[in-house]
Amino acid sequence: MSIDTAPSATALDATSSAATRRDILHRLLMTLGPILAALVIAGCILLAVGVDPLAYYGYVLEKGLFSPLGIQQTLTRMAPLLFLAAGLIVAFRAGMWNLGGDGQFLLGAVTAAASAPVLVEIMPAWLALICSFLIAMVVAMVWSLVPALLRAYQGVNEIITTLMMTFLGTSFANVLVKLVFRDPGTTVPQTRTLPVEDRLPRLFDTTITSGLLLGLATIIIVHLVMTRTAFGLKLRIVGANPRAAVHAGLGVPGLTIAVFAISAGLAGLAGAVDIIGVQGNVRADWNPAYGLAVIPAVFLARMNGFAAIGFVFLLSMLSIGGESAARRLGVPNHFTLVLVSIVLIVLALAEYVDHRYNQSRKA
Amino acid sequence: MSSHSSPPADISDIVALEGVTKRFPGIIANDSINLSIRPGEVHVLLGENGAGKSTLIGMLSGLQQPDEGRILVDGKPTPITSPRHALALGIGTVFQHMMLVPTLTVAENLLLGGSWWQRPRTEELEARVAEITSSLGITVKLHAKVSELSLGEQQQVEIVRAMVRNSRLLILDESTSMLTPKGIEELGALMRRLVGQGLAIVFITHKLKEAAAFGDRISVLKLGRKVGEIPPERFRALDEQEIISEIVELMFGKQKDDPEAAERPIRTVRTEAAPLLQVADLAVAATDNAPGLSSISFDIRPGEILGIAGIDGNGQKQLAEALAGQRTATGGSVRLEGAPIEGLSVGERRQRGLRYLTDDRLGEGTVGTFPVSINFFLKQVGAAPFWRGGVEQRAEIDRRAAELVREYDVRTPSLKTPVARLSGGNIQKVLLARELAEGAKVVIFNKPTYGLDLANTMASRQRIRDTAARGLAVLLISTDLEELLSMCDRIAVIANGALVGTVANADDARTRVGRLMIGLAA
Repeated sequence: MSIDTAPSATALDATSSAATRRDILHRLLMTLGPILAALVIAGCILLAVGVDPLAYYGYVLEKGLFSPLGIQQTLTRMAPLLFLAAGLIVAFRAGMWNLGGDGQFLLGAVTAAASAPVLVEIMPAWLALICSFLIAMVVAMVWSLVPALLRAYQGVNEIITTLMMTFLGTSFANVLVKLVFRDPGTTVPQTRTLPVEDRLPRLFDTTITSGLLLGLATIIIVHLVMTRTAFGLKLRIVGANPRAAVHAGLGVPGLTIAVFAISAGLAGLAGAVDIIGVQGNVRADWNPAYGLAVIPAVFLARMNGFAAIGFVFLLSMLSIGGESAARRLGVPNHFTLVLVSIVLIVLALAEYVDHRYNQSRKA
Repeated sequence: MSSHSSPPADISDIVALEGVTKRFPGIIANDSINLSIRPGEVHVLLGENGAGKSTLIGMLSGLQQPDEGRILVDGKPTPITSPRHALALGIGTVFQHMMLVPTLTVAENLLLGGSWWQRPRTEELEARVAEITSSLGITVKLHAKVSELSLGEQQQVEIVRAMVRNSRLLILDESTSMLTPKGIEELGALMRRLVGQGLAIVFITHKLKEAAAFGDRISVLKLGRKVGEIPPERFRALDEQEIISEIVELMFGKQKDDPEAAERPIRTVRTEAAPLLQVADLAVAATDNAPGLSSISFDIRPGEILGIAGIDGNGQKQLAEALAGQRTATGGSVRLEGAPIEGLSVGERRQRGLRYLTDDRLGEGTVGTFPVSINFFLKQVGAAPFWRGGVEQRAEIDRRAAELVREYDVRTPSLKTPVARLSGGNIQKVLLARELAEGAKVVIFNKPTYGLDLANTMASRQRIRDTAARGLAVLLISTDLEELLSMCDRIAVIANGALVGTVANADDARTRVGRLMIGLAA
């Protein structure tokens, strides 16, 4: 709509829909272009180590997307990643860098793994699973309390504190598995295993976990809360301009603690959904490091929930496909990470060039 | 360093500005300024914050380029393209805020900026520093850590650094603002010795006594324009008091062609009405970078405009923030319509009708990346009818925002435009609309026309007058005396966080306020 009093204002109405379309096209180009460029660059690296890039990408697509088993694995892997992405969207939109996702994830996973097998014996399975989810969420929230309080009342940089807490969290989760929740019935240190029939149901006749639906629902709800509600707007004000938040009378410390609690709680749920839906138990020293892997996907999606679903799918496919492609072609397993980081670097460069171009056009 | 051979006896300009103009969006920071800077002279630049001093320094030190006019170095037009270039031309700047690395020693700081492939030439530096310091009669502890030095000593290091780099022109930007009285005296003596050696100094300050004590030539800037100059011949002929009163006349006096000058308002304030806002003994603790407040007391009646005059940085912002609830007061009481509000939060005070229009429009007044429409309701997030059950009612927000845009004549391409894309004047209209909309009883305006062009300045002032005419109580904080004189019923003067006097806006108010502002009795 246009309410400018300048004569050119009426013209704006007619062109605005064309402008939005151009804007979306531009966004799409700015996202997909760098990804393609990154694939080419990564291909060159593969060539340099003597691997046929086309074969590699072919395997990734086949194993991650086109084979029935692959796509089911990809979709199953998405469930915890979606919860983590939802948590990061809340934190990043509020301008807080919760990089402690892995510690929160593992503590959630371990407490869910410890509580679920016990609870299913004393109450209905559905209630037991809900209780395990809640326990995992609360434990992860408590774990985020130290960085949250330090940031809210002392202004201590949360990047450092959450990273420190994530190291402590992963080690603590290990200690819990080995010393407290260890299953006496096995020789390898791991928690008691949740029977398959008590886990989250699978979808139809596939191996896809119904945790995927929970993840999708969660990230969409988080997106709507952040964009459509007063609470979300308050968080975004804190993130975009903390001084404006103080000026507008928002309770910044309280909101800060809420952000950390929600973000960490969702990370804890991610751990629970992975255990209760898929793994069934936690082995000692298990750390999939999903928390850090999801960060680039959330950035690429610009903290938009719907776009994040797409990028989480891409990430999930790359990691599932990349694992088998790596095995087949003798590429290190971590090449997926190399690929993702090249995408990020190219994307940042594209952003920079675009910004410079806009600046020079304005001048 | 460029070749230069003008003998000290020749008083040709080292650097001259000819008709230099610099514009920023919505603001003319410098408006065709002429300035001549000569060796052996301390050229004092005087002016309020926002007068354009910093921009001028920015252009001299190569940080910014003029839009119009030219800068002559040794008589030749020379664009100063970068700070490095400025240094090469012999222009050294000591900025307001210290630019030394606190964890390094003085010697290491002085060696910064050398070529990275060479070993630092410590011996050479020591000899050079010894030569400079002995001729100036100061001592610099080369091996002390910068963090162990006092601010005055750090300043000397910065000056020595400029000298080591063969500066011919030394710019001191508000250098006395952080010094003790003794440090200021020492700096003044040092400046005299430096000009004695043939150096040129540009000394920026807003303290009149320093200008009179240390200067040779004084230029007064006001709202981007140079409104007057006292050349050395005239300077020497006057005594300190005469110089100060002449400067006061230049800074606060009425210009003949000033289009902003308006007649004093003729408004009748019902003196029998109960005050809307009563402030008694308000106190705020000082922080590292802001003065505290002590025993601030005043009343404002309905329909009355009380002005707060003073040199910028004397506690105006702290006063506004303490009243709005953004800054915790350590004592005193604030009453709105007789009810105490000093214990209430920002939101609760706003609810009761206290509104604060901040001077920092983009820094805290708005969220620049958010659309215009949301910025209207930044202080009402969650309130009906714009949010129901916590859910945003976009149609309702857009409808009301469109109304406000029309009512307050906000020129915006659309309601969705990020507010930071608007000009300063239009951002101010968004803030005015937000604060003056329904329910306002007492409004605090902090520098409401700061940085606005003439049309927007006049529009904002009319809004404020209308606000008072509606029977609201208005606290108008401004560093522009002209503005206060044209609008207020009474003017209080703030200095060092305390109100030093209140003057009724009668015929002699200009001189009485001016005298209070520079620390003399009214």
